[in-house]
Amino acid sequence: MTTPAATSAFLREKMEEGWNRPPIMEPDGEAELLEVAMGPHHPSTHGVFRMDLALDGERVIRLKPVFGYLHRNHEKIAEGVSYLASMPYTDRLDYICSLTNNWAYALAVEKLTGQEVPERAEYIRVILGELTRIQNHASSIGFLLQEMGASGTPLMYAFKEREKILDLFESLTGSRMMCNYMRFGGCRVDVSAAWLDAARKVVAGLPGFIDEFENLLSGNEILMARCQGVGILRPELAVNAGVTGPMLRGSGVNYDIRKIDHYGIYDRFRFRVPLGDHGDVYDRYMVRILEMRESIAILNQALKEIPGGSIMDPKAKIRGFRPKPGEAYGRIEAPKGELGFYLISDGGPNPYRYRVRPPSLINLTVLEDMCLGSNVADVVLIFGSVDIVLGEVDR
Amino acid sequence: MLGEGILKGMAETARNFAGSFVSKERLTTVEYPEERIPTFENARVFPFLVYDTNDWEAGLRCVACQICEKECPPKCIYIDKSKDKKPDYAGKQQFYPTRFDIDISVCMSCQICVEVCPFEAIKMDTEFELATGDRFGGLLLDRKQLAKSNEYYHRIHPTEAAEVDVRLAEEKAKANAKAKAAADAAAAKAAAAKPAPHVEGAGD
Repeated sequence: MTTPAATSAFLREKMEEGWNRPPIMEPDGEAELLEVAMGPHHPSTHGVFRMDLALDGERVIRLKPVFGYLHRNHEKIAEGVSYLASMPYTDRLDYICSLTNNWAYALAVEKLTGQEVPERAEYIRVILGELTRIQNHASSIGFLLQEMGASGTPLMYAFKEREKILDLFESLTGSRMMCNYMRFGGCRVDVSAAWLDAARKVVAGLPGFIDEFENLLSGNEILMARCQGVGILRPELAVNAGVTGPMLRGSGVNYDIRKIDHYGIYDRFRFRVPLGDHGDVYDRYMVRILEMRESIAILNQALKEIPGGSIMDPKAKIRGFRPKPGEAYGRIEAPKGELGFYLISDGGPNPYRYRVRPPSLINLTVLEDMCLGSNVADVVLIFGSVDIVLGEVDR
Repeated sequence: MLGEGILKGMAETARNFAGSFVSKERLTTVEYPEERIPTFENARVFPFLVYDTNDWEAGLRCVACQICEKECPPKCIYIDKSKDKKPDYAGKQQFYPTRFDIDISVCMSCQICVEVCPFEAIKMDTEFELATGDRFGGLLLDRKQLAKSNEYYHRIHPTEAAEVDVRLAEEKAKANAKAKAAADAAAAKAAAAKPAPHVEGAGD
């Protein structure tokens, strides 16, 4: 195999090991392929997403993802309005976890303008970010099991718990899902002692919920038969494709931006990064469950240590600020993977270039590689285990 | 043993099913139109305009500065500024909006208008049952429909409204003191400028 000279030593070494796509599947004998358009209104596609499948019997020979049905021009709109006015639009990217979207965007603008975030605001951000992670993982595995055929029950259990977290969000930010809470240099409103007590109460109940959820299905033989060995994502391919988040860690690659970047104050908390071993659907499911447990550990520490003080940088301005010309990239470990905002300022009141690096879209690029050779029923499962939100894929 | 996991899961479901008859915590849903969960104090739906006194038109706090119109991300606020002025809560002469429309079919409830308003004139409502058969006219609220009294604001967001009242009272006191000082200074100046023989007390 020839290797381009420009690639790094690491990549060259990996490419010599035979790092490429799985072989293009060939139909057996003279069989004719059946083309199936799955979606955009298929209930398992989490919104409007279409997969063009070519089938040989039940076997998937080719899979072409088609997206863009939910494109709403987010990046271009953001280039025409002020920095603050993009904040509520970021809520609508990944509408399951709006607070982490706020956080990533606020981080990018803070890097651009050089604003400092007070300690109390950092703690609030960590608390809200981890609560967001828990409710995202709970609903995503609930949906995964729903697609597997466990209709209703696991999803309702997950939503019952998610509702408690959304109530916390609503009592603090005013909205359940479109929180629009973080600001450049801090947060919008301060948390009260009563809110912290309510949060402690919810967090104390979370381990019980996860135990219940695991009792319900983790050891279920049917679930294991459906999930184990299905949709295997090899770590080399995952790294090569830029996959991040629980999908990457499910394949056994130890990469968590909370540990690598230490953005915010994550270096103060003790938590572990769960890793999978096989890279199949079951590993991704288990990684999400274990991540919820680690999030609870972070929450317990943060809720104990949260200091007093102000929640806004006194120098921060809400409107009418013009960052110096320059560029900044802010990234965080969102529940679905690396969420980054890349901003270029030309000194004006609105960004010159505004780019979102959505984890869902980039995790979705390996879908075909995971699905080739499996059944149509497994495609639904594999797609569910990627955990995407179409608002973020199409932007 | 094969099937153990399934049985364990079934036991969990059975516990939840039986538990829902005895434990209130396991029943999380309510029958909506008849029963309602109380809304949170911080809840927000769509904006409304606050007015003081009993007259909604004269008491509007809005001075038509058009900051909210400019900052609104989806641009759903339409304001026409008046030609003449009227006194505001502190007695200062200000413009007022001759038109203040919010298209709530466009509004995304982000409350940026509330944050940027320097006059505490626009606040978020908690009323959410706004369905209407008229898709265009019914969802374009004019200033009469938007105007809600300060008492209403106190009823839906008591803590926040109390803070706002304190802030406004302080500003009013400051403005009054400033006006008084200015008036005194003007009087003193007028007195000093007068070539009157008795000037004692003019410098106080």
